[in-house]
Amino acid sequence: MSDNTPTTTHTIQLTLKPGQHDGDGQRVAEAAARHLGLATGNVRSAALYTVRYPLSETQVQDFATRCLADPVMHDVRLNELTAPAGFATYILVARRPGVTDDEGTSAQNALADLLNEPLDTHTQHIFSKRLYLLENDLPETDLRRIAEELLGNKLINWLEVGRVADGIRDYTPRPGGGAEAITEVISLTGLSDAELVQLSKENIYALNLEEMQAVRDHFAAADTRAERQAAGLPTDPTDCELEIIAQTWSEHCKHKEFSALINYKDLETGEEKQVDSLFKTYIKDATSEVDRQLRANGNDWLVKVFSDNAGAVRINADSLFVWKVETHNSPSAIDPYGGAITGILGNNRDPLATGIGGARLLFNTNVLCFGNPEYDGPLLTGQLHPRRILEGVRKGIEDGGNKSGVPTVNGAIVFDDRYAGKPLVYCGTGAVMPMQFAGKDSWEKNIDAGDRIIMAGGRVGKDGIHGATFSSIELDETAPATAVQIGSPITQKLAMDFLMLAARRGLLKCSTDNGAGGLSSSVGELAGISGGAVVELEKVPLKYPGLRPWEIFVSESQERFTLVVEPGKMADIMALGQEMEVELTDIGHFTADGFLDVRFDGTPVARLDMHFLHEGVPRKVLEAEWTRPTLVEPAIAPATNYTATLGQLLGSLNICSRESVIRQYDHEVKGRTIVKPLMGATGQAPQDAAVVRFNFESWEGVAVSNGILPRFGDLDAYHMSAGAFDEAVRQIIAVGGKLPNLSHGDNIFWSVNDNFCVPDSVYDPIGNPDGKQKLAKLVRMCEALRDATAAYCIPLTSGKDSMKNDFKADGVKISVPPTVLYSMTAKMEDVRRAITSDFKQPDDVVYLLGETHDELGGSEYYALHGELGANVPKVDFKKAKALYTLVGQANDQHLIQSCHDLSDGGLAVALAECTFGYNCGASIDLPDTGLALPAQLFSESHSRFLATVAPEDVVAFEALLGSRATRLGTVTKDVRLVVRHGGREVISADTDVLRSVWTNGPVNRLLGVVSKQNLSHSNSL
Amino acid sequence: MRALILTGFGINCEEEFAAAYRMAGAEPTIVHLNQVLHGQVSIHDFDTLNFPGGFSFGDDLGSGVVLANKLRYRQTGAGGRTLLDDIKQFIADGKFVLGICNGFQVLVKLGLLPNLSGDVTPEVTLTHNASGRYEDRWVTLRVNAKANTPFLKGIDTLEVPVRHGEGRLVISDAAIQQRIEEGGFNCLSYLDASGDGTDIYPFNPNGAALNCAGLTDPTGQVFGLMPHPEAFLSAYNHPDWARRRRLNPEASEEGEGLQIFKNIVEHITDTRTAAASAAEFATQN
Repeated sequence: MSDNTPTTTHTIQLTLKPGQHDGDGQRVAEAAARHLGLATGNVRSAALYTVRYPLSETQVQDFATRCLADPVMHDVRLNELTAPAGFATYILVARRPGVTDDEGTSAQNALADLLNEPLDTHTQHIFSKRLYLLENDLPETDLRRIAEELLGNKLINWLEVGRVADGIRDYTPRPGGGAEAITEVISLTGLSDAELVQLSKENIYALNLEEMQAVRDHFAAADTRAERQAAGLPTDPTDCELEIIAQTWSEHCKHKEFSALINYKDLETGEEKQVDSLFKTYIKDATSEVDRQLRANGNDWLVKVFSDNAGAVRINADSLFVWKVETHNSPSAIDPYGGAITGILGNNRDPLATGIGGARLLFNTNVLCFGNPEYDGPLLTGQLHPRRILEGVRKGIEDGGNKSGVPTVNGAIVFDDRYAGKPLVYCGTGAVMPMQFAGKDSWEKNIDAGDRIIMAGGRVGKDGIHGATFSSIELDETAPATAVQIGSPITQKLAMDFLMLAARRGLLKCSTDNGAGGLSSSVGELAGISGGAVVELEKVPLKYPGLRPWEIFVSESQERFTLVVEPGKMADIMALGQEMEVELTDIGHFTADGFLDVRFDGTPVARLDMHFLHEGVPRKVLEAEWTRPTLVEPAIAPATNYTATLGQLLGSLNICSRESVIRQYDHEVKGRTIVKPLMGATGQAPQDAAVVRFNFESWEGVAVSNGILPRFGDLDAYHMSAGAFDEAVRQIIAVGGKLPNLSHGDNIFWSVNDNFCVPDSVYDPIGNPDGKQKLAKLVRMCEALRDATAAYCIPLTSGKDSMKNDFKADGVKISVPPTVLYSMTAKMEDVRRAITSDFKQPDDVVYLLGETHDELGGSEYYALHGELGANVPKVDFKKAKALYTLVGQANDQHLIQSCHDLSDGGLAVALAECTFGYNCGASIDLPDTGLALPAQLFSESHSRFLATVAPEDVVAFEALLGSRATRLGTVTKDVRLVVRHGGREVISADTDVLRSVWTNGPVNRLLGVVSKQNLSHSNSL
Repeated sequence: MRALILTGFGINCEEEFAAAYRMAGAEPTIVHLNQVLHGQVSIHDFDTLNFPGGFSFGDDLGSGVVLANKLRYRQTGAGGRTLLDDIKQFIADGKFVLGICNGFQVLVKLGLLPNLSGDVTPEVTLTHNASGRYEDRWVTLRVNAKANTPFLKGIDTLEVPVRHGEGRLVISDAAIQQRIEEGGFNCLSYLDASGDGTDIYPFNPNGAALNCAGLTDPTGQVFGLMPHPEAFLSAYNHPDWARRRRLNPEASEEGEGLQIFKNIVEHITDTRTAAASAAEFATQN
């Protein structure tokens, strides 16, 4: 064969030149030793590219050396898979068919540029892989462990391992055969109840018996039969129709439990009541009442709530702020990286596709709940180690945010062993949208019959099939591989750039996100606006052939939007898509005939009555019973000195520094972040809330906070929820935000998302015997939410509930504690007036604002002693609101130099943290309030701040705050934190040692870079 | 003074880049790369060509590689003309090219930096940080006294954030390193707390050779750096802004990073004014 005869498959291997540092290889060797106890010897990494495209050897050589290899770093080998001497074994990490391969796609782009050919980058011709060569002759089982636990996930990766001497086995995915235009009819007629339930389980419909019966009855009804006959459809439902119904009726999409009728009994008081939908009663109605009060006071900034992908509030006459927080728990449990990155990117699509669509993303935030990453016990079948979940999720959030150019401005990590089965991954995104696009109100979604349905962005594969239904059931060891998706930030970035431009040019009528449920969900929901739709599935571009029509319709392949375009604007929008390299496909049109009509090559695949689809799901009736848990306060021997206790708290998992995580997120791209997660001269002072300005022309901005306190739920779910709400409010007050509606027309918007993540709360005598108690906790959480919104006049604008956060395997069930996250945003009129937490200057006077109570129940201090306690912190909304109002006034008068909210670890931890920003200390005298010393130091009573005031402002400050401020002492030049009580030193420590203990806590030890500076400190207290 | 700022395909710092030029008194235009490749916009209508940070093509194949490849090989005109040919012409015309972070990576992978040989082939590279991770942290830089570029005129030290995973400069050829040092093309270095150049993490966040954070070409017209001066346009971007403003309430609200943009705008405007008066002088005579 001559050199220049094109052949179709080539393998290019890039290895590092001798002497170049192999960071990847070294990390694998270290991780194998550290986490698996395996000695690999030297590990060398290499990049592999399999090119399945007709190229001559010269072309391959050119492509490899000019496009793929870095001339300084790499040696190139073509079409040989061998190892140099000294390596006994290998691990090859490839991808399974259809799994996103951005690196392969980019290589394809490079090849197209080199050849100057239009090479279809939507079809995969280049497959990227990693090859690891190991010095030691490890047995295959050990190689598999390294491959599966450190390098890949067998749900998405194809892993080959073995001895080099036996030849290195390669793998390149060969996706399916021909198109499968098969639609099956599934007979429900005559099925017994047990058979209906079995059918639902086998097909992952996640529908219960009653719901399956409703489906059966619908298709058995005479008018349905007549209609179907007339339309040429079989009497029985098609596979596609059942899939559409299952997706639309899924808990994930329909929130059936939040809409259920709940019979609630308080066994403590004997009170009984019926709750007619948690959502309506405690969230929607509460927000309506808040809106009424706002409007009555000239504050009409609440523009869109609960009815779109994200809530929208008005910033000023020209722009809207759009805000959404969601969870991505189930996928993150089985594929942490893929779950988190699709969580972030998916959540980004919500504000992007609110109203017309095309908002400009401003920031991301996230809250993560994990099991203890240092857990060293056995794992259940299918359960991933908490450390691995933490690392994978963290990486997913890094890539999802950084590669999209959206700053991750703050976040939180909560550790509790009950998150070891299912982690909680909350992702939030804020965006700004002009009030109008090309003369149309940006927040409106209008659709008329005849408008075209355009799919934009990525192609469709088998990934993510059943995501919506799968996340609506508890996880077990049989989790389907297809429920996993890998996000492609670059594909989405292209689509995002395109959407912004298309909206501004008036080419979009409206848009929505293709998330859970795929086209079925997006088209199904949009069709509700016009009254129907026709979809031609054969037009949908696929990643590879072999999908059945129903799979195309429900696939959750990522980075896709559904656009609504008027016929007259089709040519312009298609041209823009081509220019910006975003694939747009016309897949049908909207109608007004009341049916969702899905076809493949002209043959009907589904035809569903829209009313039945959206309203036909039977309402659930659930039982809730509240019994107060039996709790006691522990007797912990008092100490004379609490310095060591403070050190233990600062080094504890839930309080220690998250710097190693924070710094891997870009928190300042776009150049608008004013208060970042870590501030001060040291860059190590933790902040309560982020502050971001909207643009470079004005100083208006937004403060962002997250309140979450799952520990308190073990004591009382009501007070847990109220406390979490208060925590998020006080964090915003701490950075200089103000409560809304304090004066007429003050136009300070607040926009809050609630996100409930609870264990299965549906009672079942065998499967879930404490279901009634769990549901009662949820009811109480919602009651607190209603009370809090009313007290502060703060509206909910959007939210989410995730109802089945349980992991079951090997006969064991791990359930998350009932958890609620309140993610808050509030307008800052002038970001320059933001307050940071760190002490600023010696001689500033330190105050405690708010009241401390004997409320050590659920505290980190008790947790240190292995105790839970009984006295849960309670919010006094009235007092809290009065204090927050005064703090706002003090800020108006420039009286506050630093402000930190008191939370985990109480006053003592807050005092230490405030010294972390700059080399200073504090001299503190605790007042004699009659409260025991441990409570004064460590109680986590709500609605409190630690603030400092310049000496010249003390008189004005004390006059304003009155008895709400307790003077504690002063900031000192001496870098010691000294706390006295009754004339006795009860804490005395170098603040740089405290900072070092905090910085070298378990999170940074596990994930951080070993720093010489950190090592030089002695950490003894 | 007109600045062309490229965007598209994962570039994501174009807005703050444009804001920087606007604040410096220039007229910035954000242009999608395809508009340039397809001939709808000509770089020759502008005074500076700017490559912002981001993740062009997702950083796949190494940061900046795919974009550099596109500039070098994608034919935009007759006779196999590429955008790189236009950029060479642009520089030969005495105009300026600035690359920040991913943009710097593009210029290095393309060979426009340091371009000692003058034939635009890669001579050094930027690769994975020694820490093996992406990092966002603030660093202090010192301008090399030998540096000869209008971008850095009058600047001694500069605080800026770094936000990258692949910022470690690798110079594998001792002769190249020597020529870079002799020419002062290593125009910016990372400093430690005492103000000395350092290879110690985290002051040097990536382990770069020569503690180097930025390069110029021998003409001084092409300048690239890993840190983000366009992320420090306002004093309120700095992590310690609150304490600093307390100490010095009258200090400027401008961020230190803006100076680089003011420098180049001023340089081009002055040069043009000088040229115009020279031309006027010539006509009068």
